Amino acid sequence: MAAAETLAARIERGDRTALARMISWAENGDARFAGELAALWPRVGRAWRVGVTGPPGTGKSTLVNELARVERSRERTVGICAVDPSSPFTGGALLGDRIRMDDRTLDPGVFIRSMASRGSHGGLARAAASACDALDAFGFATILLETVGVGQAEYDVLDAADTVVVVLCPGAGDGIQAMKAGLLEVADVLVVNKSDLPGAERLQNDLLEAVHVRFTKRAWAVPVVAASAGTSKGTEDVLEAVSQHRAHVESSGLEAVRRRKRIEQVRHSVSEQLSERLWGPQGLRSRVEVELARGHSPHAIAAALLAEVTMGISKLSEARR
Amino acid sequence: MPMTQRKIRVLVAKPGLDGHDRGAKTVASALRDHGMEVIYTGLHQAPEAIAEIAAQEDVDVVGLSILSGAHMALFPRVRAELAKRGMGHVLLTGGGIIPQDDMAALEAQGYTKLFGPGTPTEAIAKWITAAMEERLKNQGAQ
Ligand code: B12
Ligand SMILES: Nc1nc2c(ncn2[C@@H]2O[C@H](COP(=O)(O)OP(=O)(O)O)[C@@H](O)[C@H]2O)c(=O)[nH]1
Ligand SMILES: [Mg+2]
Repeated sequence: MAAAETLAARIERGDRTALARMISWAENGDARFAGELAALWPRVGRAWRVGVTGPPGTGKSTLVNELARVERSRERTVGICAVDPSSPFTGGALLGDRIRMDDRTLDPGVFIRSMASRGSHGGLARAAASACDALDAFGFATILLETVGVGQAEYDVLDAADTVVVVLCPGAGDGIQAMKAGLLEVADVLVVNKSDLPGAERLQNDLLEAVHVRFTKRAWAVPVVAASAGTSKGTEDVLEAVSQHRAHVESSGLEAVRRRKRIEQVRHSVSEQLSERLWGPQGLRSRVEVELARGHSPHAIAAALLAEVTMGISKLSEARR
Repeated sequence: MPMTQRKIRVLVAKPGLDGHDRGAKTVASALRDHGMEVIYTGLHQAPEAIAEIAAQEDVDVVGLSILSGAHMALFPRVRAELAKRGMGHVLLTGGGIIPQDDMAALEAQGYTKLFGPGTPTEAIAKWITAAMEERLKNQGAQ
């Protein structure tokens, strides 16, 4: 089937099947993605991207569904990208987030895409940011990006979202100290979900205290919002906190903030792919094995390989000049 | 695992008022264990919703699980809704309580292969994998 029209053109006309295919190209590392996105690039940057992260089972998907419901009641369109983990053993995945978003399926102002992490360790899939770019180009006003259930060291969402909402709930592990310290660092908005359950108030107080201790010197005071997504309570308050954060970022220079995040995105993406090239199936492993057998030390081998890689990079940048 | 490998994406769906979800869940997990990315809709989906999810998720395969006896009506309705959304190319399959004659009739109408009670999930996964390999070989990347 020869498609006369490009995906970019179809996306500009609002063709959802084209949007879906574009995201698949990003996921599959299809070289055509870059060209389509380049054509759409002037349309990218209009959406506000809200990352929703937190430990497994705290109600992220339920909250995303609620946020989408309220945004729609305000006639704002919503693009959703929800990431679930791939099995490291089989590479397969059960993508279950959208079961909680069932009421949104037939709303033409909502588009939901489930994504498997495919071995990415930062809490997102490698293609998640690209998917958000595609959703943004399509014209959704708000983009909600749900991460896999994270523990502490998965921060990719920080660079992919304009506002990071961290969702916690009572009972999910005692104390917020060790385990969630890292999560607190990435939060622009903290949500105590399941506030219908006992222990919510205590968690909220603990968080307020932690936020107060940590962030006194920062310009943005991270709000702690109580919600109960399961019973549709507090969603407006979460959105209000998000829009206050948005106003804060916009007043302090949105372009600079976004550029910083883009740099980090590029940095991560290059490191990740470089490491895959270097150590993947066609990579250096067997050479290292040979050198070791010849009696060279790991240190010497590493230094030699690094020198080669660095030389390759400087040749490249010379050629550019 | 290369992160940008082409994966088989499957939607396992429960159309209509049928509340039997054990089979759908069993099949969904089995396909996951065979390396596929599986989206399960949950119960009580309208054919339009199933097709809409298939389109948003750009799945390769849609599998319907029907134990209610409504298969002769539901398969064609889902197929029509898929076609409306430019998703006529997906591999449409399924299973559940479907009498032999009906199964033969549906397969004759081009609903690929359907699987009844007691089918080992291994056989289902192998069949889908083989069918998709065949398709990808014929179409190239899409
Ligand atoms: C367990 C069961 C129930 C449980 C369901 C629990 C649950 N959450 O699933 C309960 C008790 C709730 C129940 C209720 C009813 N049931 Co019932 N139930 C069964 C029973 C005994 C087993 C079904 C089962 O779970 N099998 C195990 C799974 C793994 O097998 P499976 O679903 O067949 O899946 C396999 C294949 O079919 C195929 N497959 C299935 N889905 C898919 C999807 C894809 C994509 C693919 C590729 C393959 C595939 O692969 C699977 C693996 O081999 C069957 C009888 C039977 N032996 O099948 C009756 C049966 C399905 N029930 C029946 C009936 C009538 C009912 C009720 C209407 C009874 C009543 N009058 O109240 C209610 C209706 C409930 C509702 N809301 O729909 C009838 C259906 C008759 C028909 N369709 O003509 C059956 C056949 C019993 C009978 N002989 O009369 N039921
Ligand atoms: N009691 C209560 N349960 C909730 C609430 N929000 C979500 N849940 C339940 O928590 C479980 C996990 O929800 P889910 O949204 O899938 O969490 P996720 O893993 O963080 O995406 C589900 O059983 C939800 O029904 C809430 O506000 N209160
Ligand atoms: Mg979830």
